[in-house]
Amino acid sequence: MSDRRVVVTGLGATTPLGGDVATTWPALLAGTSGVRLLTEDWAQTLPVHFAARVAVEPSEQMERVEMRRLDRSEQFAVIASREAWKDAGSPDIDKERLGVVIASGIGGVTTLLDQYDILREKGARLVSPHTVPMLMPNGPAANVGLELQAKAGVHTPVSACASGAEAIGYALDMIRNNRADIVVSGGVEAAIHAMPMSGFAAMKALSTRNDDPARASRPYDLNRDGFVLGEGGGILVLEEYEHARARGAKIYCEVVGQGLTSDGYHIAAPDPDGSGVQRAIKFALRDAGLTTKDIVHLNAHATSTPAGDVAEANALRKALGADADHVAVSATKSMTGHLLGGAGAIESVFIVKTLQDRLAPPTINIDDLDPAVTVDVVRDKPRALPAGDIAALNDSFGFGGHNVVLVFKSL
Amino acid sequence: MSEHNQLTDGKKMALSQADVLAGLKEIVEEVAGIPAASIEMEKNFTEDLEVDSLSMVEVVVAAEERFGVKIPDEAVTDLVTVGDAVNFIVNAAK
Repeated sequence: MSDRRVVVTGLGATTPLGGDVATTWPALLAGTSGVRLLTEDWAQTLPVHFAARVAVEPSEQMERVEMRRLDRSEQFAVIASREAWKDAGSPDIDKERLGVVIASGIGGVTTLLDQYDILREKGARLVSPHTVPMLMPNGPAANVGLELQAKAGVHTPVSACASGAEAIGYALDMIRNNRADIVVSGGVEAAIHAMPMSGFAAMKALSTRNDDPARASRPYDLNRDGFVLGEGGGILVLEEYEHARARGAKIYCEVVGQGLTSDGYHIAAPDPDGSGVQRAIKFALRDAGLTTKDIVHLNAHATSTPAGDVAEANALRKALGADADHVAVSATKSMTGHLLGGAGAIESVFIVKTLQDRLAPPTINIDDLDPAVTVDVVRDKPRALPAGDIAALNDSFGFGGHNVVLVFKSL
Repeated sequence: MSEHNQLTDGKKMALSQADVLAGLKEIVEEVAGIPAASIEMEKNFTEDLEVDSLSMVEVVVAAEERFGVKIPDEAVTDLVTVGDAVNFIVNAAK
């Protein structure tokens, strides 16, 4: 195993709660909902009339000309990466030792659909020459790589809603394997559009609580009825520990392990047995050289679907055993909605802030805790975490049966 | 008169160099974000205005729409400066 340790030296985000980490984090601790009614006409024709749009439109954060060549998901990636890179101190690094791994679950779907409309209405000649670079799923990573001139490799793992977490794990591998000293990693999503929303609604995956959108995302609540689609992205600058120390970088925490498994069970439904999740946790802890006793916090996948939340909670209880009693579980999708390929990334940003402030964010909208949920859920208010060395988990799952677990440790 | 002028009700559209330059300035500003005031006949699309090959396609399609002319792909490679494009469009519209 590699002796190269990996730390977090920069954070960036644009989320339904704020245009950066500095505004998102306090809003998250305050239990703010980022879910709102959609005002577009098309939304009124769908079974679901709400979503969690980013709090700050990209047009307020970048130039118009730059925006028009970037899909919305690419805009999020560029905006959050600029923040993260600056937060890391804009390190002066050999570009051949700099990598980028940024995921997306669906890619440039609004570009694809908008350009298809143009094709049908106006013909092939008026389809934008920027269409393909804007719709390709590797576009967010590629544009960030281009801006930073990263030459160690630019990658985009795709595993639906586990993509963002998988990207961070890939970045961890790149540094451990000595392919790079710094990797800008994370995930983004921009899929609030009639078509993907209709598709999710047809699966009965979305909440239809149209009369009370801010209360619609309610992981672990007995009356949860589906997830709320969110958009945005999160970026972490991962860096080799000695490299960070040598340049005097601010170090948030260490990324100590990852575990990846697949269910082989169903294309969309969670395996009720949860063995894939349990194995991913076991592998992640083994990779980290930690045990369940070291874990004090978990940012759960918990999307607010009836089947998913309980399957996950059961798997956590089995994997953590009695030690689950001292793991503060937060379901932040109750506030941000579900960012699909961006979820694991913003939730990793939240974990880094949690370890820094020693405050686990709340889970909102639980009126009646589902009795089938046997983990210790942080409800309504943030919870203080213990002093000393602490570690936290992020678990993310995706349609297709993907399970990704990341381990972060205080430093 | 080119076949594309029929798009404008069959009326012949004689375009002055000044008209075309003014229109092209607006298009390049929209596509590449270069202030119209700094766009002049002798400016090189690639080197001076940072119009890359993809953006050039946008400029060409927008110019075809606006001026009712056809700019064939093989002609685009010869449009190095703004003046090249202006003159091409003026001639094509005759």
